[in-house]
Amino acid sequence: MKHVKTLNTQTLNNTLKKGGCGECQTSCQSACKTSCTVGNQVCEQKK
Amino acid sequence: MIHQYQNNGFRIVLDVYSGAVHVVDELCYDVIERLNEQNENHTVETLQKPDVMELLIHALGSKYPVEELRDALNDVTELTADGKLFAPDTYEPLIVAVKQRKTVVKALCLHIAHDCNLACRYCFAEEGEYHGRRALMSLEVGKKALDFLIHNSGNRRNLEVDFFGGEPLMNWQVVKDLVAYGREKEKLYDKHFRFTVTTNGVLLNDEIQEFINQEMDNVVLSLDGRKEINDKMRPFRNGKGSYDLIVPKFQRLADSRNQERYYVRGTFTRNNLDFSNDILHFADLGLKQMSIEPVVGEETDPYAIRKEDLPQIMEEYDKLAKIMIEREKRGKGFNFFHFMIDLEGGPCISKRLSGCGSGTEYLSVTPWGDFYPCHQFVGREEFLMGNVDEGITKPEIADEFRGCSVYSKEKCKACFAKFYCSGGCMANAYNFHGTIHDAYDIGCEMQRKRVECAIMMKAALSD
Repeated sequence: MKHVKTLNTQTLNNTLKKGGCGECQTSCQSACKTSCTVGNQVCEQKK
Repeated sequence: MIHQYQNNGFRIVLDVYSGAVHVVDELCYDVIERLNEQNENHTVETLQKPDVMELLIHALGSKYPVEELRDALNDVTELTADGKLFAPDTYEPLIVAVKQRKTVVKALCLHIAHDCNLACRYCFAEEGEYHGRRALMSLEVGKKALDFLIHNSGNRRNLEVDFFGGEPLMNWQVVKDLVAYGREKEKLYDKHFRFTVTTNGVLLNDEIQEFINQEMDNVVLSLDGRKEINDKMRPFRNGKGSYDLIVPKFQRLADSRNQERYYVRGTFTRNNLDFSNDILHFADLGLKQMSIEPVVGEETDPYAIRKEDLPQIMEEYDKLAKIMIEREKRGKGFNFFHFMIDLEGGPCISKRLSGCGSGTEYLSVTPWGDFYPCHQFVGREEFLMGNVDEGITKPEIADEFRGCSVYSKEKCKACFAKFYCSGGCMANAYNFHGTIHDAYDIGCEMQRKRVECAIMMKAALSD
């Protein structure tokens, strides 16, 4: 593609298929404690 | 839904519902902007209608040759066909299932000590006392809490326990005994405890460091940055600053953990709106994992972040992002928690829809064994959910938290960042609006900026 560089190959829709195992860390256990930062948590299945 | 912005010379297009991130040239940026203005719900079919090309020629024909416009439209159509642009919202129907899902408890924040040896001026825990009395958790209460977690965690194997306070090192023997108890129990029930501790470092010594390195998956070290900034807000009870005592201990601990599995975590207030200097100070101290968060306080607090502070805060985030890119390229990079974003391996959509888990998957336990939705609700009696002896006695509170999502919050509906913060901190929403189904507006502004910076950094470092 001449005008576009896409940074990611996965889409959120794809995570519907395998997601939801619930093994990931809760966000406040990492470092926030006063905000909510779900987006930077790591998927346990992709570790 | 499409969000496009320019930052640090990059033109970025975020397709919210697919999560796809595109770096585009000026032509394509303009084309997408016009198309999105025309129809936010474009599909491959609507993009192929003759009026689309007519619109582009009319709006942009004086700036770009027609062939170039056609070329860009082809790129847009291809991305749309791939589900990476103009992706529809397919998640809203799932929210009913999210609300009704059976949740297990997977994490506890144990308030090991409602007491503290510092007197930080912004402490939401009021010097450790949480609107209540000074108290230390007994081993008996702690054991009951771990038993509750094991028995309410269903098939979840990894269980998280944060030793929190106040200052947990003021009740260190109980921490050690609870870790031993947890290790004994995890074998019996095929569970794995991931322990973490959050400390101000005052009582940190070699023996404690060794134990932390042996047993704790993560350690959060509280420090605000430069000496004068830290000591103004984080003094001892006699008013003396804590920086000189603590910093060498944190440096030693971080090195002893190979600069991994820890965060040095600070708070910025309107006293240090130039907080990027505090983050760089951490880096100059040799620390690699860091977080600095905006203070949470009443609007009347002199140190609270105000709306008029936002332009300077935005500039700070931009400045920090540029410096981090430059340091990364020189091999001197470090992690800033709020700029961490994994575009490929981030959390699944179920996680993004269910939010932080407070009140359902995550509970806080007071020194005397009461349950609250999270550490920030402790002491607010209307959120008392139960206790270690009786379990959850007010399931309706858990139901309310379970039903809270980006789809229950009006402000989140049109926000591009909703799948990165998952609706934000419910305690902040409650503090400012009296309901968890709202959002802390100043916090949202900062969150959106951090997401934009984090994505821009990915673009810059992908070159």
